[in-house]
Amino acid sequence: MLSKQTKEAFLGPLNANNPVLVQILGICSALAVTVQLKPALVMGISVTIIVALANVVIALIRKSIPMRIRIIVQLVVVAALVTIVSEILKAFAYDVAMQLSVYIGLIITNCILMGRLEAFAMTNNVKDSLMDGLGNGFGYAMILVIVAFVRELFGSGKLLGYQIIPDSWYEAGYSNCGMMLMPAMALVLVGCVIWAHRSINDKEGK
Amino acid sequence: MEHALSLLVRTMFADNMVFAFFLGMCSFLAVSKDVKTSAGLGVAVIFVQTITLPVNYLLQVHVLAPLGLGYLSFILFIAVIAAITQLVEMIVEKVSPSLYSTLGIFLPLIAVNCAIMGGSLFMQQRVLLEPENVKAIANLGDAFAFAIGSGLGWMLAIVCLAGIREKMEYNDVPKPLQGIGITFITVGLMALAFMCFSGLNI
Repeated sequence: MLSKQTKEAFLGPLNANNPVLVQILGICSALAVTVQLKPALVMGISVTIIVALANVVIALIRKSIPMRIRIIVQLVVVAALVTIVSEILKAFAYDVAMQLSVYIGLIITNCILMGRLEAFAMTNNVKDSLMDGLGNGFGYAMILVIVAFVRELFGSGKLLGYQIIPDSWYEAGYSNCGMMLMPAMALVLVGCVIWAHRSINDKEGK
Repeated sequence: MEHALSLLVRTMFADNMVFAFFLGMCSFLAVSKDVKTSAGLGVAVIFVQTITLPVNYLLQVHVLAPLGLGYLSFILFIAVIAAITQLVEMIVEKVSPSLYSTLGIFLPLIAVNCAIMGGSLFMQQRVLLEPENVKAIANLGDAFAFAIGSGLGWMLAIVCLAGIREKMEYNDVPKPLQGIGITFITVGLMALAFMCFSGLNI
């Protein structure tokens, strides 16, 4: 059903060409929203939707965009989409929108978006661009979820707000690792994920 | 005046753009290979930030807020930033071609540098705060102080990281961790160090 190229556009960013781990794009928000799993999930989904739609829009009008002002055109398309998503979040998930604060607006300047629009949507057809956008969005969301999972589980003993670590552990002397809640640990965790990802991929390569 | 000064020092250290909010990470990680280039980019960021943030402040206070057009702020801010970045690029190309060639691709990328956009979005939140709050931006002077402070903080961070990375060239790092992996962990440790400033009361 799907051609090889389309499949590659979707699957590549999930592992071998992951936007966060390999291309080092979109780091800012990946680190800032991962204290808890819920905002990380919302952020991952929002970015996936926006990158997929923006890719489609740019791919549709790619032939009529003058080269010199393409960056501004791309920014306006993305900014319009982000405004819509931000208004929807404020209407239906107000507390999460407040938690994410400026980082929703910062999706505009998320390098994944500009990177994909420049490198892929400007030169490919609509279907491939949609798949590429979805793949990159999921690849990004995956890393967010991994980091947020570790940080919420060890930082506050909860997942999605539900207590996971039983009370008996706390009575036996277990305590939450406050370090995990600090911004610094997000960086170290992403560093470790990159480490693991590279060592696995290097072995496969040999 | 006193408030503006304390705001400047606060945004530079305690609320450092890179270490407290992770803003401007992409170019921060990509350009910090040597001190000279990163200092150049730092200056460019300070420059763009100092112009765009007060402009966006005036737009927010005098145009968007009275007309109730808050939801247009994303589009308006990014348009201002993109236009001013274009201007800076042309000026740098004229005045210092050598700096232009070293900064290369990253100058246009300042337009999508999250530190710039993030600064404007934080400003939008902070104009709503009570004037007594240490983080409040109450007038144009405060907006300038916030812009310069965040730009200087960003430059400080990137120059520090570039210095550390230059030294780390000679270290024996495990192979899969080399390059970006170890850089992340280094930045994490630097962020820990910068957290000491958060207890600062000015």
